[in-house]
Amino acid sequence: METIQTLTRSYNFSEYLSILEVSYILASVLFILGLKKLGHPETARSGNLWAAAGMGLAILFTILFHKTKMDDGSYQGIHNIGWIAGALVIGSVVGWMAAKKVKMTAMPQMVSLFNGMGGACAALISMMEFPRMQTQLADQHFTTMLNGEALAILLGLMIGGVSFAGSMIAFGKLDERIGDVKSPVLRYINLSFLFILFAFVVFIMFKTPVAGENWMIYTLAALALVYGVTFVMPIGGADMPVVISLLNSFTGVAAAMGGFLYSNQAMLTGGILVGSSGTILTILMCKAMNRSLLNVIIGAFGGSSAAAADTGDKTVKEISLSDAAVLLSYSQKVLVVPGYGLAVAQAQHLCHELENLLASKGVELKYGIHPVAGRMPGHMNVLLAEADVAYEKLQEMEDANNEMNNTDVVIVVGANDVVNPAAEEDPSSPIYGMPVIKVWEARNTIIMKRSMAKGYAAIENNLFFMPKSRMLFGDAKATLQKLVGEIKNL
Amino acid sequence: MNDILKFFFEYREAIFIIILSIFLGIEVISHVPSVLHTPLMSGANAIHGVVIIGAIIVMGHAGNLISMILGFIAVVLGTLNVVGGFVVTDRMLEMFKKKKKQL
Repeated sequence: METIQTLTRSYNFSEYLSILEVSYILASVLFILGLKKLGHPETARSGNLWAAAGMGLAILFTILFHKTKMDDGSYQGIHNIGWIAGALVIGSVVGWMAAKKVKMTAMPQMVSLFNGMGGACAALISMMEFPRMQTQLADQHFTTMLNGEALAILLGLMIGGVSFAGSMIAFGKLDERIGDVKSPVLRYINLSFLFILFAFVVFIMFKTPVAGENWMIYTLAALALVYGVTFVMPIGGADMPVVISLLNSFTGVAAAMGGFLYSNQAMLTGGILVGSSGTILTILMCKAMNRSLLNVIIGAFGGSSAAAADTGDKTVKEISLSDAAVLLSYSQKVLVVPGYGLAVAQAQHLCHELENLLASKGVELKYGIHPVAGRMPGHMNVLLAEADVAYEKLQEMEDANNEMNNTDVVIVVGANDVVNPAAEEDPSSPIYGMPVIKVWEARNTIIMKRSMAKGYAAIENNLFFMPKSRMLFGDAKATLQKLVGEIKNL
Repeated sequence: MNDILKFFFEYREAIFIIILSIFLGIEVISHVPSVLHTPLMSGANAIHGVVIIGAIIVMGHAGNLISMILGFIAVVLGTLNVVGGFVVTDRMLEMFKKKKKQL
C-alpha cells in the first residue's frame, strides 16, 4: 500500500517537474532568440519583449510547479506564496516607475543600479543556502565541504557581492556623487584583496562543516563587498561603460551559479548566456577605445601625464555668438560632435532645432558620433533619437573622418576626450591609440565648453589651442539657445 | 585526479550546458553594430535577472524569520532587476523604432 502511494506520488511530482522543465526549455529558447533579435536594429524591440516573455514564463511556472526535495526525502511545493507575490508586486512597481521616470541621460546609471540589484539577489541566495547546506553536510559527517554545490554557493556569493558593490560605486560615479580615487597603491591593495578572496573560498571548502557555524559566510560577504568597492574605485569615469558591462557579465555568472546549485536549466542558460555575451561586449567596447581589458582594470586612466606641464603659456581664442552665427549660416557642411556635456545640458533638442534652422538656409548639418560618446556605447544615438534627429543624420566616426576635409565648421558640444589630438600625436598620453574624431582637419572648429576644465578622463586637450579652434564658453544649452536666436536674427 | 573526474561526471549535464551556452553567447553577440551596444547591454542585464528564480525557490522553503526577511529582500531585488531592466531597454529601443518608421 505504501509503495503504491509512493509510486503515485512520485509519478505526480515528476509530471509537475516535467512541465516545469518544459517551461524552462521554452524560456531558454526565448532568451536566446531575444538576445539574437536585440542585435539587429529592426528586430531589437521585439527581441526584448521575447526575452521578457521567457522571464515571465519561467517565474510563473517556478511558483506553480517547483518542488523542493526536503531533508526527509519528501517533496514540497513553493510556500509563502503570499509573501513572494507581495515582493514581486513591490519590485515590479518600483522597477517600473524607476525605469519610466529616469531621464535618458541617466540611463547608464540606471542599468548599473539594476545590475547591482541582480548581484545582491544572487549573494543573498548564497547567504541563505550556505547554513542549510553546512548543516546537511555536518549531519552526514563530511570532513570537508569539497563539492560542487558548496563551490557554487561560495562563488555565487563572491561574484554577486563584488558585482553589487561595484555596480553601486559605478552608479555613484556616473551620477557624480563619488569622485575618482587614483592611487597606484590601490592596484596592489586590489590584487591582494582578490587573492585573499580566492584563498578564503578555498579555506572554507577545506573546512570541516559544523552546523550553525556561519561566521565564514558573513566574512566572505564582507570581503566581496569591500573588493567590489576597491575594484571600481580607481577606474576612471571614462571607463565606466566598460566596467558596467563587465559587472553585468559577472552578475550573469553569479546567476548561473544559482542555476548550478538548483540544477535549474533556465538560470544556468540565462546566466551563462549573459556572462559570455557580456564578456564579448566588454571586449568590443575596449576595442572601440583601442585598449585592452587588463589596461582598463589595472591602468587607471590617469591625469598624471606630463602633457599637462606646458600649458601655462598657451592661449585659446574665443569666438563671439554673432561671429559663430555668421560662420554657420554661410557654411555648406556642418558637423556636430556631441559629447556627454550635451547630454547633461539636455541640449539634444536644441541641436535638432539648429539643424532645422540651418537646413532652411541650405546648410547641411550632420552629427559625428564617436563609438564611446556619452557614457555608454550607443548612448549618444539614443539621446539624439529622443530629440527626433533622423537616423541618417548620424554619422559613424569613420565616415565623419573621411568627410572632415570637406567640412566647413565642426561644432564640438560638450565632448573632449573623443576629439583629443593627443590620441594620435602623443605616445605618452593615456589615451594614445584611441580612435578619435579628427575635428582639427575641418576648416573651422567651434568648441562649446563650460570652462577650460579637463574632460572626463582628466587629460589636457591641445585641440583648444590649435590655430583653427575657437572657443565658445558657456552652458551648452544656453549657448545653443542664443546661437539659434542669433542665426534667426541674421 | 579521481575526484576531479568524479566531479565532471557528477555535473556533466550542467558543464555541457555551460560550455554550449558560452559559445552561443559569443556567437549571438558578435557582429552587432555599436549603436546597439547600450540596449544590448541593458537587455542582457535584464536577462540575468533570471536569478530571481533562485530567490523564489529559497523563499519557497524559508523556515525561520531571518531567511524569510532575506528571501523577501532577494525577491524584491531580483524583480527590480528583471522589470526595471526590460522596461529601460524597451524605452531605449522605442526611440530607434520611431525613427525607422519615418524613413
